[in-house]
Amino acid sequence: MPSSTPQKTTGLHVGEPAPGVKKVDPIIVADHIKRSFGGLTAVDVAHLEIPRGAITALIGPNGAGKTTLFNLLTGFDKPDTGDWAFDGKKIAGVPAFKVARGGQVRTFQLTKALGLLTVLDNMKLGAKGQSGESLAKALFPWIWRKEEQEIEARALDLLQRFKLDAKKDDYAASLSGGQRKLLEMARALMSQPQLVMLDEPMAGVNPALTQSLLDHILDLKKEGMTVLFVEHDMHMVRHIADWVVVMAEGKVVAEGDPHEVMKDPAVIDAYLGSHHDEDLGELDPSITEAVKELADDDADDVKH
Amino acid sequence: MIDWIQLLGNAAQQILSPVTAAYALAALGLAIHFGYTGLLNFGQAGFMALGAYGYAISTLTFGFPWWAAILVGIGVSIIFALILGVPTLRLRADYLAIVTIAAAEIARLMFTTNTFVEYTGSANGLQGYKGSFEDVNPIPAGTYGVGPFTYNEYDWWVRIFGWGLVIVAALITWRLMKSPWGRVIKGIREDEDAVRALGKNVYFYKMQALILGGVFGSLAGMVFVLPRAVVPSNFQPTLTFFIYAILLLGGAATVLGPIIGAIVFWVSLSFFSGFVARAVEVGWLPFMSTVQAGQLQFILVGVVIMLLVIFRPQGIFGNKKELAFVK
Repeated sequence: MPSSTPQKTTGLHVGEPAPGVKKVDPIIVADHIKRSFGGLTAVDVAHLEIPRGAITALIGPNGAGKTTLFNLLTGFDKPDTGDWAFDGKKIAGVPAFKVARGGQVRTFQLTKALGLLTVLDNMKLGAKGQSGESLAKALFPWIWRKEEQEIEARALDLLQRFKLDAKKDDYAASLSGGQRKLLEMARALMSQPQLVMLDEPMAGVNPALTQSLLDHILDLKKEGMTVLFVEHDMHMVRHIADWVVVMAEGKVVAEGDPHEVMKDPAVIDAYLGSHHDEDLGELDPSITEAVKELADDDADDVKH
Repeated sequence: MIDWIQLLGNAAQQILSPVTAAYALAALGLAIHFGYTGLLNFGQAGFMALGAYGYAISTLTFGFPWWAAILVGIGVSIIFALILGVPTLRLRADYLAIVTIAAAEIARLMFTTNTFVEYTGSANGLQGYKGSFEDVNPIPAGTYGVGPFTYNEYDWWVRIFGWGLVIVAALITWRLMKSPWGRVIKGIREDEDAVRALGKNVYFYKMQALILGGVFGSLAGMVFVLPRAVVPSNFQPTLTFFIYAILLLGGAATVLGPIIGAIVFWVSLSFFSGFVARAVEVGWLPFMSTVQAGQLQFILVGVVIMLLVIFRPQGIFGNKKELAFVK
């Protein structure tokens, strides 16, 4: 269980919290994003704003379209319709690599460590605007050697923070699942992004590493970055998120402060759905678990 | 009795042979494609054919000097790489494999067809394009060398030129793969979406790698035909698979692997074919005819390569550690 209580950012929205509520200072503003796969509408978001400088959690039951929305926002997938802006610039239809160069960097649900590169090379690859990455300049090391040294110093510094420095010369393939998650996050930070998008950062992570991952995410906010993450672990959402966006069946069904939003009937509907009147025992155990955790947490909060 | 000195001498000659140099160069190109970038190019023979024909046709039909003819060969292979890469590099890796093997065959059949016989010589191929290259030979006429390595001035010139190109190509490859460019390329081999998410234009890098390896392939084609004639049947898909065999023999993501692999491949091929032919002659293999013996060499080389892949799957120079994590 998380030990320290993080500083929550409040006052992010304008007016009553509701799906698509206006934010005081949005970093992403999206309109009418729709993506269907054959007959299935995976994402259909009318309006969504992600607040700058805060940690926003994107939650929802399986198949709610969270990862699809992630893919759309980062240019890894193209929507049927829709428009969105990052930091005031329209980036709909912009290819993924340009989105990343713009300062919006993501990680993946299934971790993508570059297995047969060393941990240090994985990190160095994250740095933006390297002149040695041009084919012509690559042949002349004196052009990029100094830059390379600076990147290496920055990479070693980050690796130390993520406690991976002892592994720097090992292949990334030799890391454990949790260490790969850490490496992927550290690598994303090498590009000095404004917005970090984490797709299930806790999935498959050993509980012993959970705390350190949480602290790293909180550190991102301290350093002025905006974080948007998809997560199923309700404790984590409650603990670190400043704002929660709930999706179900492709739509944003609720938004708000993590403590308030969980009480929203739309959220309970989203998780319990059409099984509302049925015996909870017949539901997917992960969902009943999540609902029970919410209830427990609320009980705890009342006591404190 | 078998003349072992002669047999070993013939095999040793393959070490310096321009054919070995050509295969080494083509395998280096394939190392960039397959070993470092993860591009499944099954049309390296097509790049070699374009280099060879580009050189021969621009010398014979257009009367270009040797250096301009080389530039034409390089230019044609760049265009070929662009034609192959533009539609396929956005797709999954296997599509490139299908397109390259088909395109290499199309190129070979175009050179074989009678329609362009005036320029390509059709199935008979082309010859007599060595003049301008022979003229710049700095070596005075004569025979030089020791033991099996005794050649005339032109043979030495071709060998120096061919192996010189191999050394330059190896240095370029080594330098690039140690650079940030090489890091991006290797990252793409591991997972191109991850590299894309870090802001690199993956498509552009894959195109650069395809072109660079293809240029090495076309230079290999030129080195291959300098001591002989250009014959379209030399550029069959089996050529590509021999080059793959060499690459895997030496180690796919290495610089020295393709070069040493080519030498080992040709020395052992020459040794086996010489040995089997002579063994049949002296009656050691009474159940075989000389024609059958000619085919046996490939079976033996196949067995050797299989043994290598079983007992040393990373190749001669490959890193054993890499294999520990292969899924």
